[in-house]
Amino acid sequence: MPDPSRPARAYTRRTVLKSAAVTTAGTALSPAVALAGATAPSVIAPGESAEIALSVNGREHVLTVEPRVTLLDALRERLGLTGTKKGCDRGECGACTVLVDGERVKACLTLAVMRQGSDITTVEGLADGDRLHPVQEAFIRHDAFQCGACTSGQVMSAVACIREGHAGTEAEIREWMSGNLCRCACYQNIVTAVADAAREVGR
Amino acid sequence: MTATAEPEVGRARHRKEDARLITGATRWTDNMQLTGMLHMALLRSPVAHARITSIDVTEAVKMPGVLMALTGQDVAAEQGSLPCVWPITEDMLAPPAPSLAVDRVNFAGEAVALVVARSAAEAHDALSAIDVDYEDLPVVLDMERAIEDGADLVHPDLGSNKSATWVFDSAEAGTGSDVDAAIADAEVLVERTFRQQRLIPAFMEPRSVVVDPSPDSVTMWSSTQVPHILRWMLSATLGIPEQRIRVIAPDVGGGFGGKLQVTPEEVLTMLVARRIGKPVKWTETRTESMLSGHHGRDQVQRLTIAARRDGTVTGLKVDLLADMGAYLRLIAPGVPILGAFVFNGIYKFPAYRFTCTNVFTDKTPTDAYRGAGRPEATFGIERMMDELAAELGVDPLDLRRRNWIRHEEFPFDTVTGLTYDSGDYEAATDRATELFGYDALRREQAERRANGDTVQLGIGISTYTEMCGWAPSRVLGALRYAAGGWETAAIRMLPTGKVELVTGTSPHGQGHETAWSQIVADRLGVPFEDVEVLHGDTRISHRGLDSYGSRSVAVGGVAVALAADKVLAKAHTVAAHLMEVGEDDVEFTAGTFSVRGTSTTMTLGDVVTAANAAHNLPDGMEPGLDADATFDPSSLSFPHGTHLCATEVDTQTGEVKIRSYVCVDDVGKVVNPVIVEGQVHGGLAQGIAQALYEEAVHDESGTLTTATFADYLLPSAVDLPHFTTDRTETPALTNPLGVKGVGEAGTIASTPAVVNAIVDAVRHMGVSDVQMPCTPMRVWKAIHHRGDGVPTTPGAGGGLGSVNVDDQAYPRGGAE
Repeated sequence: MPDPSRPARAYTRRTVLKSAAVTTAGTALSPAVALAGATAPSVIAPGESAEIALSVNGREHVLTVEPRVTLLDALRERLGLTGTKKGCDRGECGACTVLVDGERVKACLTLAVMRQGSDITTVEGLADGDRLHPVQEAFIRHDAFQCGACTSGQVMSAVACIREGHAGTEAEIREWMSGNLCRCACYQNIVTAVADAAREVGR
Repeated sequence: MTATAEPEVGRARHRKEDARLITGATRWTDNMQLTGMLHMALLRSPVAHARITSIDVTEAVKMPGVLMALTGQDVAAEQGSLPCVWPITEDMLAPPAPSLAVDRVNFAGEAVALVVARSAAEAHDALSAIDVDYEDLPVVLDMERAIEDGADLVHPDLGSNKSATWVFDSAEAGTGSDVDAAIADAEVLVERTFRQQRLIPAFMEPRSVVVDPSPDSVTMWSSTQVPHILRWMLSATLGIPEQRIRVIAPDVGGGFGGKLQVTPEEVLTMLVARRIGKPVKWTETRTESMLSGHHGRDQVQRLTIAARRDGTVTGLKVDLLADMGAYLRLIAPGVPILGAFVFNGIYKFPAYRFTCTNVFTDKTPTDAYRGAGRPEATFGIERMMDELAAELGVDPLDLRRRNWIRHEEFPFDTVTGLTYDSGDYEAATDRATELFGYDALRREQAERRANGDTVQLGIGISTYTEMCGWAPSRVLGALRYAAGGWETAAIRMLPTGKVELVTGTSPHGQGHETAWSQIVADRLGVPFEDVEVLHGDTRISHRGLDSYGSRSVAVGGVAVALAADKVLAKAHTVAAHLMEVGEDDVEFTAGTFSVRGTSTTMTLGDVVTAANAAHNLPDGMEPGLDADATFDPSSLSFPHGTHLCATEVDTQTGEVKIRSYVCVDDVGKVVNPVIVEGQVHGGLAQGIAQALYEEAVHDESGTLTTATFADYLLPSAVDLPHFTTDRTETPALTNPLGVKGVGEAGTIASTPAVVNAIVDAVRHMGVSDVQMPCTPMRVWKAIHHRGDGVPTTPGAGGGLGSVNVDDQAYPRGGAE
């Protein structure tokens, strides 16, 4: 859940995208981009990087990234948290689903600089020491995965799905888990696992 | 060492692989970070057929972080030609297949230049600085037009777009009579043309390659199904001594045939890493994957079935066009041929002829996709049986019963020259109809028809068989395949009594670590947990032919059992020697050797320790208990089953809803029912998706318009029904485990069940076919007899077929 004591997001999606577009187009010089509407106004010049703080799985990280770096790439390439998978990089498959301030977010569709000060949970942060999260246990119990490429995203999505109260019936689970593709098509077992985990969590 | 209490084979074990997959601790290729590693990106042609008149990388090389930019000319002398190991005929036409196009491009998505940079982002940035001029050439897309006289040519040097024509004729082969005579004498003749649309394997883990060159050897990590074949082919293509290449397939996130390939990207990563002397990684984007990874299916099927009025089938004639795309990939020419042997399905056809022409077009190359040839064949025959039943006015299930091989007729020599060793189609069908409530659904269907409900009910049947266990090497040789079909397993009995099992199979989601452990535990009486399965690294698993074609358990799993038997045979001799009795006096149960009629025993662990110490072994015996075995099956295996699908078709909107889906499969003996169930679910989903959702669409310029998951419709949880599954178990008689294979069965069986159900729902409205995928638009058009005049747009489910041509080119069928 959002923590009011933390600084609000310093960079909006629109401005950083604009900045990134200028950078990738290779334009040598253009006016620095002023960021509006944030509590801590920031400016990122084209081609420049920004220093941001991310809290991932309870650990604080400070890293310097280009504005165009997605949260997904920051997690995988910069923080070495490769449990989060890149399946499409376009928000279509759900393999990169993580929790941002408790809500499920496709990490490929959000820029790292936009998540300044957010609490991020990835699949690596789900277990309590050696004890797996009830959703992970239910996925194993019900054989809800085969190759594993979508599994991290499915599990993170399921955690949120249950928390949101969208795991009441099979039909509801199918609908609210439909943003996470599984080419092995373990859906029937995923649905069973989510329903089972929801009961577990509810106890 | 303790004995296992219950048999391991057949036990519903959770998978050993699960722990690392569920925590995200997998070892994907793209996770690899090596010191000094560079990144490669590829520039791909936006046009389908063109001459490259100029290509300039000078600006790209100046971009930040860029170390190298190369064109096809720069690597022409060393890149060789990508391998195709299945020349199906002596006179097959095969064009050179460069990894990087040199002076022409033949499909949109073909790589034309590469950049190596410090980061992947910098490499991709630099692609936009490469300047390429293309001079357009005529684009060849439609197979039928491609083989007309005077057609534009994909490869002018070859002089034709026909790569090869392959024929099987039962009269010539001596396996049956003449099909033309059967057709001439037929009391009933049904002819249909079906289109198998182009599909994309769409594994979830994008392909990735890392190459670490060193002066004495080079290591490649690749997201591949076939590390052994890849090593062999890299050596053959690039001339690098095979012993100096190590290929590792770490955890691989799905393949479905799509990673059964030797790719341009693997060759190029190898080339640039060796040239630059540093580790290089290439990981594809999703759109690159869909543009350039091989596609599947894409056939036009012209089918003729001859029968008597009483429903007895008398002949089957199959004429196929199979789209190879722009080049012949690894086994592509043989894929449609795999269908030749099961087009007759489970039925007793006395006469059969199969003709397939492989055609070049300016599209992404095709190759194996889950089922590879058998889904196409099964679709053809199962759709035709429904059409024949409609023509005769009989229940399609009764027609099948009349013609299928009865259980007492096994082993049965088929018209295609195979011997089906075992099966019980009656048992599977009886169980399926019971679970489905067949009679009650037929009654409801009649009521809805009588009432004129806007939502009509249809019942679709698919009583399939397929062939697994690729393959007997002799069969492959007879089919002109360049390699064998055996598989190897090696068991290392460690001094502490633990076991390492090395397999030549290369799992990518199938759970071999679990299933193979169960086989070893059962054979040796060791705990399941004491077995470690090693695979996917050619320096550890030195011999193997990898995983595809539902071969892993039926060939590789059997090799595991045979290796264990060798360990036991030697252990038996050692135990008898140590207990100072004759071998005949020793028996082995649950991990322990005992002397009959005495209390003298030795565990296998004791024997292993003694065999490794080698202080007291029979004269001349080698120390240790390790053993390996290579299994080359004498025959293929033939899973079968009955799939029943009930669809509700909204006649006002064309929307199709699957109301229930029942399948009863017979995959022989089951090693792990949990894994089998998962394979069935996944197979069903991919087959159903072909029927309802998926299609790779090229527009009139040859651009793939379905190169994202927003356009290429993989089904999600909400798009699929709950499956009711069950099994019958008729052991295969051609291997000691009695296993048949299960990886592709669901995909092979389910597509015709769904389409038959859709047609069955609206046949009374004059519909005898709906082209796949059966989108609401196509279903609506079929019901309302609107072949044209309805605006359609290319795109997934846009209703225009694999090539953007008018639906009229493939007329709706009708009783002849």
